[in-house]
Formats: sequence, C-alpha cells, structure tokens
Amino acid sequence: MSVIDSSHPAYELFHSNTKSFIYGLQPRACQGMLDFDFICKRETPSVSGIIYPFGGQFVSKMYWGTKETLLPVYQSVGKASSNHPDVDVVVNFASSRSVYSSTMELLEYPQFRTIAIIAEGVPERRAREILYKAKKKGVTIIGPATVGGIKPGCFKVGNTGGMMDNIVASKLYRAGSVAYVSKSGGMSNELNNIISHTTDGVYEGIAIGGDRYPGTTFIDHILRYQADPKCKIIVLLGEVGGVEEYRVIKAVQDGTITKPIVAWAIGTCASMFKTEVQFGHAGSMANSELETATAKNSAMRAAGIVVPETFEDLPEALSEVYETLVKQGEITPKAEVEVPKIPVDYAWAQQLGLIRKPASFISTISDDRGQELSYAGMPITEVFKEDIGIGGVMSLLWFKRRLPSYAAKFLEMVLMMTADHGPAVSGAMNTIITTRAGKDLISSLVAGLLTIGTRFGGALDGAATEFTNAYDSGLSPRQFVDTMRKQNKLIPGIGHRIKSRNNPDYRVELVKEFVKKNFPSTKLLDYALAVEEVTTSKKDNLILNVDGCIAVSFVDLMRSSGYFTAEETEEYLKNGVLNGLFVLGRSIGLIAHHLDQKRLKTSLYRHPWDDITYIVGQEGLANQEQK
Amino acid sequence: MSAKSIHEADGKALLACFLPQSPVYSAIVPAETFKAGLPQLASLTFPDEASVDAVLDRAEATYPWLLTSDARFVAKPDQLIKRRGKSGLLALNKSWAECRQWISQRAARQVEVEGIAGYLRTFLVEPFVPHDQSQEYYINIHSVREGDWILFYHEGGVDVGDVDAKASKLLIPVDIDNEYPSNDAIKQALLSQVPTDQHATLLDFINRLYAVYVDLQFTYLEINPLVVIPTPSGVQVHYLDLAAKIDQTAEFECGPKWAIARSPAALGQTVPASSEKVSVDAGPAMVFPAPFGRELSSEEAYIAELDSKTGASLKLTVLNASGRIWTLVAGGGASVVYADAIASAGYASELANYGEYSGAPNETQTFEYAKTVLDLMTRSDPAACPEGKILFIGGGIANFTQVGSTFKGIIRAFRAYQDKLHSHKVRIFVRRGGPNWQEGLRLIVNAGKELDLNLEAYGPDMHVSGIVPLALLGKKPKGILPFGAGSITTNAGTPLTL
Repeated sequence: MSVIDSSHPAYELFHSNTKSFIYGLQPRACQGMLDFDFICKRETPSVSGIIYPFGGQFVSKMYWGTKETLLPVYQSVGKASSNHPDVDVVVNFASSRSVYSSTMELLEYPQFRTIAIIAEGVPERRAREILYKAKKKGVTIIGPATVGGIKPGCFKVGNTGGMMDNIVASKLYRAGSVAYVSKSGGMSNELNNIISHTTDGVYEGIAIGGDRYPGTTFIDHILRYQADPKCKIIVLLGEVGGVEEYRVIKAVQDGTITKPIVAWAIGTCASMFKTEVQFGHAGSMANSELETATAKNSAMRAAGIVVPETFEDLPEALSEVYETLVKQGEITPKAEVEVPKIPVDYAWAQQLGLIRKPASFISTISDDRGQELSYAGMPITEVFKEDIGIGGVMSLLWFKRRLPSYAAKFLEMVLMMTADHGPAVSGAMNTIITTRAGKDLISSLVAGLLTIGTRFGGALDGAATEFTNAYDSGLSPRQFVDTMRKQNKLIPGIGHRIKSRNNPDYRVELVKEFVKKNFPSTKLLDYALAVEEVTTSKKDNLILNVDGCIAVSFVDLMRSSGYFTAEETEEYLKNGVLNGLFVLGRSIGLIAHHLDQKRLKTSLYRHPWDDITYIVGQEGLANQEQK
Repeated sequence: MSAKSIHEADGKALLACFLPQSPVYSAIVPAETFKAGLPQLASLTFPDEASVDAVLDRAEATYPWLLTSDARFVAKPDQLIKRRGKSGLLALNKSWAECRQWISQRAARQVEVEGIAGYLRTFLVEPFVPHDQSQEYYINIHSVREGDWILFYHEGGVDVGDVDAKASKLLIPVDIDNEYPSNDAIKQALLSQVPTDQHATLLDFINRLYAVYVDLQFTYLEINPLVVIPTPSGVQVHYLDLAAKIDQTAEFECGPKWAIARSPAALGQTVPASSEKVSVDAGPAMVFPAPFGRELSSEEAYIAELDSKTGASLKLTVLNASGRIWTLVAGGGASVVYADAIASAGYASELANYGEYSGAPNETQTFEYAKTVLDLMTRSDPAACPEGKILFIGGGIANFTQVGSTFKGIIRAFRAYQDKLHSHKVRIFVRRGGPNWQEGLRLIVNAGKELDLNLEAYGPDMHVSGIVPLALLGKKPKGILPFGAGSITTNAGTPLTL
C-alpha cells in the first residue's frame, strides 16, 4: 500500500526502519521511543521530527543513547512531510478537542500509512468520521484513547510499554512469536508481561483503545497477524461492549484465520450487577446480551478459540499453546541477545533516590512545591485563617518565625508611618520626574528607591546603630551627646525641621504610646528619650524624630520579645532590616506618586534655567585669565 | 466520559429548540409546519430536604400553563425508567389537581420497578395529547460504527413489540455531507406502510429530527409513540415518550447548544431560575442522571467532580455500600479485570464498589480518591461485619502513571483512617507495576508495618488480578512471594539493573 517503500508488505505497519512524526510536544514519550530504538539496536531513531502548530521552537533536544541529538520541530504538516518523505507513521498526541482537525489534515497526506490517536474523550461522531475517511484512504488508525502499540525490535508508539525497566523486564527489545491485540492500553502492558513470562515473547502488540469506535478493531490487526509469517500465536483481549469480537469469530469459523488464538473478554462481572455500570472505558457497556463479556467468551470458545476459565488462567492457557507449537517445531526459541544499556535520566534517577548532587541554591523561607504555598512552614490557608496580616507575613518571611501579634502590629505601624512623606522628598521627587519622563511603574518606583541611603531614609539604620552602641557601652545619655559633638557628628534620629518639644510630632507620640503599652521592655527607647532631654535643652527642635523612635523601638522589640537571640538581633540589624522596613513602607508612597502623575497626565519635566546657577563658563573664563 | 442518558424533559427541550434550526442534510429544505410553539415541559425535582408541596407550588409559578382551567395533563417519573406504563408509573389525561395528588403520593418515596428499588425524585408533567391509536408511530435513531440507523414503524405505543425485527430500517452513512439519502430513498425505505397523505410531514420531520441528532451529537434517540395529527391548518407532530443518550465527550462542541435549549427562555418559563449564579452558557449545563435505583451519592458526585476537573481519570460507583470487598484499582482495563475476578470467585454480591484511577493522577488527587473509598468502607458499624473487610489496591503495569506518587496519596489516606481500618479488621492486598513500582511497594509495605495494617503487597510477577483468588480463595500462585519477602521483586533496585 505504501507509495514510498513498496518493499514492505501491507500487513507490516512497523519495521526496523519505520520513521515517524510526533504530533504535539511530548518530550518524554519521544525520548522513550528513542531509547527503545537504541535498545533495539536500530541504526537510526524512529522519530524524524515533531509537529507542533503552536511552536516557536525549531529543534528539540533528545538523547540517542548517551549522546544528544536534535529533532526538528515543524509548525505545519506540509513542511514536515516535504522534508521527510520517508515518514509513514504519525503518533498524534493532540487533545480530544483538536485531534479531529489535526487527524483530518494528516489524512490529506498520502505518505502517512498509520496514525495513532492517543487522546481520550474524542466525540464518537468525530471518531467515526476519522475512521471512515481513513478507511477510504487505506490508512490504519490506532486509537483514539489508546497508548498505541509496540513491535519489539522495530517501533514503539509513544508511551507504550512503560518505562525502560519494564521494556527490559518484558524483553520488548527483541521479537518473539506472539502477537496480541487488546482494547485497554494498561492491560496491553500486562499482556507484554504475561507473554514474556510464558512464551518466547511479543512479536507485536496493538492497543486499539477503549472508545466505542476505535479506528481499527481486533479483526483488522488479527488479519495482519494471520498474514505475517513471523507471528505464530495470536492473543486477543476483548471487553464487554461492542460486537467486534464476533467478527474475529466469523473469520475463524470461515477459515480466514488459522493461527491459534488465545482470547479473553474482560467485564464478565457486568451481568452480575443490578443496574448498568459504566466502566472506565467509554465503550465498555453492553447494549445487548450479545455484547456481554460472558456471551463473547462462550461464543469464542465455541468457535475453537482458546478461552480460559478466568482471566487469571490465561497465562497457563497461553503457555500450553506455546509449548505445543514448540513441540511441533512451529516455533524454535531463539538464543537471547544481550541488552544494550541505556543511561538513566538524571531526573528519574533523582526521583528514585539513586543519585545526589549539591544544590546551587538554598532557600529556607517559602516553599511552593507542596499542596499549597507555605511561608516559613505556615500554609497559605492558615495565614488567612489566622488573619495574621501583613505584619504576620513579614515576621514569617523576614524572621522565619511567628512573632506575637503586638510585634506584627508594630511592623504594620512602621509601614504605615513610613508610607509617604509628601512629594518634595528626594525619593518621591525622583519617582515623579521619572514618571513624567514617560517611564513605567517599575522604573519610576526604582528611581525613587535608589535615593534611599544614609542621607534619605537611612536614619533608621544609623539611629539604631548609634543608640545601641552608646547604650551597650554604658555611656550615659549626656556622655553620648557630648561624645558625638566632640566627633562633630549629628546624632541620627534626633532633630526635626519644624517639630519641637512644644509642637510634638504626632507620629512619634503614636509609636511611643504603642511601644510603652505593649512591649515587654523599652530600655533603649527610654535611653533615647533621655538623650532627647539633653539635646532639646540645647535647641528646642532637637527632638527624637520618627525615624529615631522607630529605630530604637525596633531594637527594643528584638531584644525584649524573647524571640531573638542577641546574635540574631545584631545580625538582622547589620543586614539592614530597618532599611528594609523603610524601603517597603515607602514603596507604597512612591507607587502612589507614580499613579498620581499618570492620572494627572503630567508632561515631561524640565527644570527651569533660572533655578540653576550656571557658573561653569565663568570659571573657565577665570582660569584663562589666570593663564 | 461517554455516551450518557439524559432526562426525557431535556431530550424534548433539545428537540423543541433545535428542530427548526439545526442545519439539515437533505437536498430540499424541509418545512417546519409540524413545529409547535414553545415547549410545555414541567420538570419537577423532589430532593429529600424540600417539602413536596413546596416544589409543586413553585412549579405552578414557573409553569403557569399548569393552572389553565380544564387542561388535561400527563404525569410520569423522568428517571430513565423503561416501560413506565406497565409499572403503574404513568398518569394519563388528568387535571392538574389530580396530577398534584398523584405526584404527592409518589414523590421522594421508594418504589420497586422490575426488581430495582429506587427513589422517585424527578417527574415530568406535560399537556395530554388526545389522539387515535392509528396516529401513533415508532421512530428510533441510533449510532453504529458504519453510520446511524433510522428505524421506523407505522405503529407505536407500549405494545409495539420487537421493533428490531419488524421496523423499517435505513442506514445513514458516516459521510453525511456526500452520502445523505434522497427524500425518495427515505420514503421508500421507511414510509412504505404509512398513508401517503402523511408522507410529506413525516419526511420533513425525519429530515429535521436527524439534523438535530447530528447537530447535538445524540448517540441514541427513541420516540415511541410519535404522534402525527392532521389539523385544519396542517399537521401536528408530538413526541409523547422519548429516550435519548447524548455524547458527553462532545460537550466542548455542543455544550452551549444543550444549554440554550434548557434556558428558561427556550422553555417558556415565566420565572427565571431563582439562583443568581452566573452560568457559563446561555442556560444551565446538561444533566446526566444516574440510572434509576442508583442515586449518585455525595461521594460519587464528589469523585465525578474531581474527575471533571483534571486530566486524570477518577471513577467511583458504589454497588453495595454494605459489601465486604472494596477496590482501589488503577486503570480502566485492570479495574474491570478485578471486578471480574471478584465475581468469578463467587463474591459479586459482596463487591462494594467499582472504580478506577488512571492517567497519572497526582498525590493529592489519589489521596482524595483513596480517602473517599476508605471512608465509605469504614462507615458502618464494625460489629455488622465481624469477619472483617478486604481492600484490593490493584493495578496493571502502568505505562506512565507514577506508582510512587499515587501510592503516597494512598498512604496518606491510610494514616487518616488507621484506627478505622483496624476496627473494621480490613485486610489489604496490593499488586502493582509500572514506573517506580519498587519504590511504591516499598513505601506501602513500610506504611503497613508502621501503621500495623494487615497488608500484603506484590509486584509485576504476580498476575494482574492474582491477589483476588489469593485473598478470597486462598489460591497461592507458585513461586511468587510478597514484596519484601525475598522474591526477585524485592530488590528496590534501579530501573535498569542490567
């Protein structure tokens, strides 16, 4: 039938040079096929290319043994077929929704002799249209709803045969004498197992699929097996539902099929249930007495097919038929060949726990791999159930522990306090200018954040360090102030442009009140307030400002809450956790400024000349005069 | 997913909505003179928690035509019950008051129909169509591999007899675009025994009925009787009794159409559905009722929902909730093999469930599935079953389902039900092969030891369903030892020990 290679008879769907396309991105199935080819000692891979209409990718990397090889990925069937005229098999992995159109398209190309349809849930009407057209064109359809089929030593359809260990265990790398056809894909693997244990092995096996209208049925493949001289025994695994077994019975009765058949139809239990049960396969429901498994088994038995008492007895029945043929000299068992080794895939070996390798990254705070996302071990549903708030989430992710609710509240308070401080401060200014230059949210936000450092927003870190050091080294507040002045250093966290002792900053009052009320100890805050007493006596606006107050309170929290060791506290402070608080809080404000400017549709900002003093030219002039 | 039966009311609604609009295949566009107005189908559902009167009262608001004075109705349960007339489940030519009473006496009550006990939950009330016996016909369309058979018989009704043998038949080939029969051919094949003055109407009807059958992806449609009544203005066609199956897998193609036909507007309901839930399509999604006598339990419904949400396949049917033998089997084929083996060992009546999981479900999905089975299994009083229960965790040699991860899901369910498994004296038999099976069996054997469960596990050297005769009949296959007992399968080695 093949136009391309007339040296292969029609009964031979697959041979040791069969070339195929995989329709759909199925790297695992594809690799499985290549591994099978390799282990069968095929000279070339059985997959010539991948057809994937949504692809942007042009090659797919695969292994051929231990070496890597590239498979072309085509976006159109036309291109694939014209580049590979020797391909006559397509394994179609398209979904149940798109398999109809893709198969109908494939059928327009006469070079494809065999198409396997893997998808489950293809509408019955569409499946019938496919098989009708395929029949007209002389194309063999395997499926839908199947794993495919396998021909040891030649070709493996997709995932048939399972993993390589099973292929080796069932000796599917070399041909035997028993060909089978089964409805179920899962059970086909079971047949591989049974046949390899009881006979010289599988010659070929096809799973026609569990749907009501498989593209080819038992009889189509059994007729091929009958015609193929290398097949000596046929195994048929039928099922309740449909009448396809009767066509085999008829062919046996009229002498078309003469080779021994061992058969069983599963689903004998169906008649014992009171109401109709839809089994796992869509086609497995008896619409009449004729379609029951029991009726089929007795009809097959009556026709002279070997049908065991139960399915559990099938291996023994098969073994008997095999031994008879061996005695008659029909089958001569061949010497076993050595199995070539296939390296284990890294991912698989890791899953089996066979290998280990040091990881390049370590993460200890959140995990997205399990049932649900977790923060420091707390599942996200718990986070919401316990309503731990942003402060709670920060305590989990920043400190890897669940802090008491007053601490979480304090963190939230800091975020709220630092969220914004008007448009004039440098961070907001940068954001506004960037936004007005037409940049996006992230650029504008980052432009603002980049100003945060020792001068802008950095007072938190500085204040925490200076106050802590002074307190820990036993300096009295007055000694601390004096030391700083001698060093000509400003005390970070002290001083405000407008606010003073008599005109207090309400933000500071809020923090102080909360901390005094909730924290187990406020030693550093008390110390800072004493420092404030010293400084305000010199100048009224040298008050403990909001940065300073937050900073010392935060240190109090870490030291007194009992949740941190002294080393941890020091490390967190050193690593800039306070800056983190400011960055996080102020991001709220910077985003707000960005959105505000966007909303106002402000145009590109250009600073007025009169606001810049240009002295560059004059300096140059002065320099020249000096010369 | 497969071809599934639908309610009679839904079948009628589909026809009413789509007879005039489905694309036809005949060369001459058929008339639609037979078309009636909006359908009058009062579908009433009686859940346990609602009072029967409340449902009936609400029906009067939704279907005001029920209250038309002097109107006569037909009332019947709509639950895929065959031969309702013979079981006394058909109220013909009754007033609404009589229908109310007739339904009240039966709604939400258990009855036995042809040996099957079940609750009557869904009723259909529609106008009574007075007609003559001679106006009744039989029509049936069903799909086979080669095409769609249309069966027609010039007599209809409950006593029509063996239609397979006597009806006229016509096969419409699969390639309907090119091979649809001509009107003459249809007439010749199906209508030879029908009075010629009805030929035109019936041809139109058959052409349009078949168009709906194709358009909405029916796989089976039987109307008996089909009633054709000549009227002064033309001809009326009524489908009095209807049974239908549609292909659930075609939902992605036909779902919106099925929904439109079931929308309040298409059904002429005056009160729109009370729920304010936004549905995906123009109407509520198609319902596929469980067969009479097997109400879908909440557990089965839960698994069905889980099944519809994933690419994996999860199926559960409770056959006998008090049965001793439970199964947790992977694979569409293997699950049937297990049921067979249990039945052939003589324990069909003790088999509690049929089910399967396949298509590589993940650990959580398997856990949910296993948990549901274990819960059902250990729900009764342990004293009711002093000899204990048997659980088969079976499966073939998987092609790509990860045995390790599915077994982890099952082990999680074991942990959750450890005490109950003990108190119900559950014996567990495991057989499995496929990717990572050594690890899977090792895990489950270890879990069995840790949780002190009565558990035996086997690998692929055991026959796929060999643990069934082993457990039920004490048949030990030669040379096969449990996993972990020194047989060749015990080495949890590499997948490629070459």
